[in-house]
Amino acid sequence: MAETPLQVTQPQASSPETPSVVEVLIDAAKINILKVQDYSKLSFRSLTNLATSPRYMQDALAQMDDIGVGSLPIVLLSGFFIGAVMVLQTGSQFERFGQTSLTGDVVSLALVRELGPAITGLLVAGRCASGIASELGSMLVTEQVDAMRAMGTDPSRKLVSPRVLATLITLPLLTTISVFIGLVGGMVASVFSLRLGATTFWERAIAILQFSDLMQGFSKSIVFGFILATVGCYQGLNVRGGTQGVGRATTQAVVVSSVLIIVADTFLTKIALFLADKVF
Amino acid sequence: MMESSRSIVLTPEKSSEAVIQFSDVRIGFADGEILRGVSFSARPKETLVLLGETGSGKTLVLKIATGLLRPDSGTVDVLGECVSRMTEHGLLALRRKVGFVFQEGALFDSLTVGENVAYRLREDHVNEEEIEPRVREVLEFVELGHTMNLLPSELSGGMRRRVAIARAVVNRPPIVFYDSPTAGLDPITSQTIITLILRLRDVYGVTALLATQRLQDGFALANFHFDFATRRVRRDTGREKLGLDVTRFLVLREGRVYFEGSPEELLAANDPYLQRFLI
Repeated sequence: MAETPLQVTQPQASSPETPSVVEVLIDAAKINILKVQDYSKLSFRSLTNLATSPRYMQDALAQMDDIGVGSLPIVLLSGFFIGAVMVLQTGSQFERFGQTSLTGDVVSLALVRELGPAITGLLVAGRCASGIASELGSMLVTEQVDAMRAMGTDPSRKLVSPRVLATLITLPLLTTISVFIGLVGGMVASVFSLRLGATTFWERAIAILQFSDLMQGFSKSIVFGFILATVGCYQGLNVRGGTQGVGRATTQAVVVSSVLIIVADTFLTKIALFLADKVF
Repeated sequence: MMESSRSIVLTPEKSSEAVIQFSDVRIGFADGEILRGVSFSARPKETLVLLGETGSGKTLVLKIATGLLRPDSGTVDVLGECVSRMTEHGLLALRRKVGFVFQEGALFDSLTVGENVAYRLREDHVNEEEIEPRVREVLEFVELGHTMNLLPSELSGGMRRRVAIARAVVNRPPIVFYDSPTAGLDPITSQTIITLILRLRDVYGVTALLATQRLQDGFALANFHFDFATRRVRRDTGREKLGLDVTRFLVLREGRVYFEGSPEELLAANDPYLQRFLI
């Protein structure tokens, strides 16, 4: 027989103390700080993993196909109509002053600096952050992530880093395509609605752009890509509560990444405008 | 077949050191402490059958042994390495020497059966020319050679468990942990699974921790052995106790080891709680 006694003492009943409001708030704050810490650690590791082997480049390529090529139709479609609607809205105001030729300038600046990265980031967040969260969440609740760890694979290397790398590469490309298609949409709208020449529109749209504008849009799309991939992975790998939890994590991934993208956009714009004056 | 490539290893190595050693292991969650000082050891080539009710901590023991969970206190040694103090990086290397069969199989549902089984070999950078025959061999061992290109969703529950066993042993680890491999299966499929575990024990000398709620799983391992002459599983006779020598029972109750001993000692126990398992 075992050395431990056969009679086992009953566990002590927990005292039914009601926590105070302050205690509840402190606990909630602690939990949220812990979440931020975990998210930061996961995000940091997703990048440092890329510096050392093993690297899962095949998985990264598959993710580029899924995130990049898969998102292309919605980016093309929305980009075209956003450019067109920008022209319709601004053009109607410029018509009052007889300055419709300025439409190309405004649409170009707005798309390159702001709307291109932000709208593409939000669209891809809606499509891919949710997809990443639900895929990883399903893997977690069916013990596939544990199985991976049990077989000696680091899930942050196999699952997180390829998705982050794929998004970091594809989102700037998608943004570039979105901006170009937006300008095409704007040109079409300006030709048919404002009776503005296509050449005039393009000339002004290109002439107004400076290097700092391109850098602003490019850097934003990289940061937005990082946000949506890491938030999706974090939410997916922290699912609690089975399939219902997967649904919750999917929603959370979209909400959190979208809000973070908008918040980050404000700060990035401020930084970019400051740097544009000082550096570029 | 796999059996032909390895020698017969049935005798437990009583003199050698334990390959799995739990010392006063404790772990708790928000609901309270689940394991309250669990201590046991397993010798090489031995099968330790972990019995216990649902929630008694059997799966926790297996996950702690693999380092998937870290104990609050106590030490866990596996293959001479202190799992409870290792970093995650070190654990990843150790886990490549250990097989783990999850209760529901935990197969990667987007990969085919063949890719699931080959996963570990690809992680170990085994040559692609070598992978295919090894995967086919191990799938033949679990009698699922024909499922190579099927997805896990196209298999039955019992078949998925057998694929999970194939995946766990494809790189021939010295230790395999089985988490309730027969739970929720019909008696015939359960028998097939236990026969597989028995063959792995007798053909490869795998040291195993088998968590189960079914006492008959443990006694099947204790009373039968793989006969190399006839290449069939055979019941031990009174003279030869091949299965009995390498099988021990460990009963967990309320977070502690309630009973530890041989199948004969378990049968002879008069304790009312243990008697409930025997009914």
